[in-house]
Amino acid sequence: MPTIADAPALRISGLSKAFDRPIITALDLHVRRGEFYALLGPNGAGKTTLLRMVAGLLAPDNGTIEVNGIDARRNPVAAKRQIAWVSDEPMVYDRLTPTEYLRFVAGLWEVDSKLAQQRSKDLLGWLGLTPFAEQRCGGFSKGMLQKVALAGALVHDPQLIILDEPLTGLDAGSARQVKDVLRDKVRSGVTVIMTTHILDVAERMAERIGVIAGGRLIAEGTLAELRAQAAHGRADLSAASLEEVFLDLVAESAAA
Amino acid sequence: MSFVPASTAWFAHHEISLAWRDFLMMMTGGRRRRGLVLALVLAVFAIFVHLLVNVLVVRWLQAGLHPDKETLAAITGGGFLFWCVMLSQAMESVTRAYYARSDLDLLMSSPASMRRVFAVRTGAIALSTVALAALLASPVINMLALNNGPQWLAAYGVLVAFGALSAALSLLVVIVLFRLVGPKRTRLIAQVIAGLIGAGFVIGIQAAAIMAYGSMSRYALLDSPEFVAAMPDISHPIYLPARAAMGDLGALLVCLLLGLGALAVVTVVTSSSFGRHVLATAALGRETRGSNHRPTIFRPATPKQALRRKEWMLLRRDPWLLSQTLMQILYLLPPALMLWVNYGASAGAFIVVVPVLVMAAGQLAGGLAWLALSGEDAHDLVATAPITARTATWAKIEAVLGVIAAVLTPLLVLMALSAPNLALITAFCATLSAGSATLIQVWFRVPSRRSMFRRRQVASRAATLSEAFVSIMWAGTSAVLVAGSPFALLPAACALLALLIAWAVRPRTQ
Repeated sequence: MPTIADAPALRISGLSKAFDRPIITALDLHVRRGEFYALLGPNGAGKTTLLRMVAGLLAPDNGTIEVNGIDARRNPVAAKRQIAWVSDEPMVYDRLTPTEYLRFVAGLWEVDSKLAQQRSKDLLGWLGLTPFAEQRCGGFSKGMLQKVALAGALVHDPQLIILDEPLTGLDAGSARQVKDVLRDKVRSGVTVIMTTHILDVAERMAERIGVIAGGRLIAEGTLAELRAQAAHGRADLSAASLEEVFLDLVAESAAA
Repeated sequence: MSFVPASTAWFAHHEISLAWRDFLMMMTGGRRRRGLVLALVLAVFAIFVHLLVNVLVVRWLQAGLHPDKETLAAITGGGFLFWCVMLSQAMESVTRAYYARSDLDLLMSSPASMRRVFAVRTGAIALSTVALAALLASPVINMLALNNGPQWLAAYGVLVAFGALSAALSLLVVIVLFRLVGPKRTRLIAQVIAGLIGAGFVIGIQAAAIMAYGSMSRYALLDSPEFVAAMPDISHPIYLPARAAMGDLGALLVCLLLGLGALAVVTVVTSSSFGRHVLATAALGRETRGSNHRPTIFRPATPKQALRRKEWMLLRRDPWLLSQTLMQILYLLPPALMLWVNYGASAGAFIVVVPVLVMAAGQLAGGLAWLALSGEDAHDLVATAPITARTATWAKIEAVLGVIAAVLTPLLVLMALSAPNLALITAFCATLSAGSATLIQVWFRVPSRRSMFRRRQVASRAATLSEAFVSIMWAGTSAVLVAGSPFALLPAACALLALLIAWAVRPRTQ
């Protein structure tokens, strides 16, 4: 019998959400522990809605969400303890310094104060924010704010990190720092789920890629598996880039 | 109507269209039918206020309104107080014209003349100041004109002169501040000056009335023989606005020339520097502001403690909050003075103070609760934290009520030393008032940026109206309670009913 320790990092079954029209329709998704999973899809496909439901920011109409074996709908607080959510719009207070922000986040997640202080120092160092640690975030650039938000997401040592377009607006150096930190986290057994429109990043970083269109998961797997799903025996896609495969899958889904 | 693009008239047309659409949106929420209903309600309200004011006006007319020293002194004093409020509003608007980014980036990046933009915006500030003042003064002016002759309509002309003068003075103050303290501090200082002018003079007169006559009515001073005797002789030009308001067309012409002339001169003189100052303010958002001199210490905290500490820290560091709540805090000063003057005297003197404190508690709590609940800049962060929504909300409510308690406690202690029963009633009703206002903000919370605080009334008129009404009703309850009447139940029931209605019409989100 499977235990919580054996459970996948994320198990979604029959998830649906509609606003004035269906956004997510009976979606199933499994993400293994310690996996880097990229979620791709055209604008309006439902990626952000899906991830916001996992993070507990939206209530699903139907379906179940399990985070590391914990039913997120029945026990949201326990599920949230496992998760960190980073959106494309950094959620940082203008009038707090990065250290004060991390202290606040650590307080929300009830991290031991000494441990939180050490982690904050380490995270700010990894992300190149140490010189700004005691300056208020009010005048920070978008990239710096995004890094502060990422540090906030990591200060409570989450087991599942969900990132919605985390690299949008970052310069090359900042994007590299963020990617390095995420890779380190995956190496240490943390699960990362990330949406991105930068297909190169997904191709190079993700172990598996899911493609969403029209609120459904239309394809999933490694790049090779996606190529196979898209090709249907066509030779021209056997060595195609993720961009070509993605566009082909989305076009096929729209035609269907 | 078509204008030459980028001309002054073209900019004016653009500004007026935007202002009109904003006004319509604010009043109707985009629904035409609602606009008609609202227009009807406003018309009924206007008639009601006019009838109410008529009682006062008839009494004045019966006492005799002639251009003698007593009348001119009283009108001059009252007019000066009114002008202070206009000046305060104009100062707010001028500061906003320099600091609010909205479309300035677009205009600055265009080849359009910034002088023209500035001239149009200055005119708009003067116009909006006049419009608001005319709205407030119209019942008095209209009823005077109706009862005593159309010469009183000249008072509207005086308002135009006052509005122009307010805009001109505000511009001068802001420009001088730019030169003296730089763009970084100008905004805060201008906001504080606006708050002090708006409430300071009114409260100052009130304070003088309390000290001299033991009355909180500012007219106690303006009507007093001492005030009239201290005023200059009847031929002094200080009475020009009062004479103009009473229908002296020559005086009106002088007032208009002075006001509009001052505005024209100041606009011409300061318009060349507008672009430069706007550029200077634009750089502010890019600067790293404020830093800690000591390293941040991590202390053990529960999620609720972390939330409360965060709220208090943000409130303490919010420069806008200072001006936004300054007026509310300033209005607590006369009751405080009244308490001080009457310390040890009979409890009767406190009766006026109690409802003021209760009302102020509600209004202050409403503003702070909006900041804590709706103005949560990291809404997603708090929502994804491993705490229930109820815990987060309670922590924020505690933070708000903690601030109210900190502000009111010294006054209540002072009151308790002399009249413990009244202190108890005040504490009880202030708690209900602050609690009700906070509750309304909980029901009407809409995730928003903290910087949107100034537009919170526009975002939810139902919340604003119910908050004000409930505060007034709790203030009424306290006033009737201290008088020892069982009719206190009536306003209390009204407050509860209003709360019930607010709860029923609250927005339902997922």
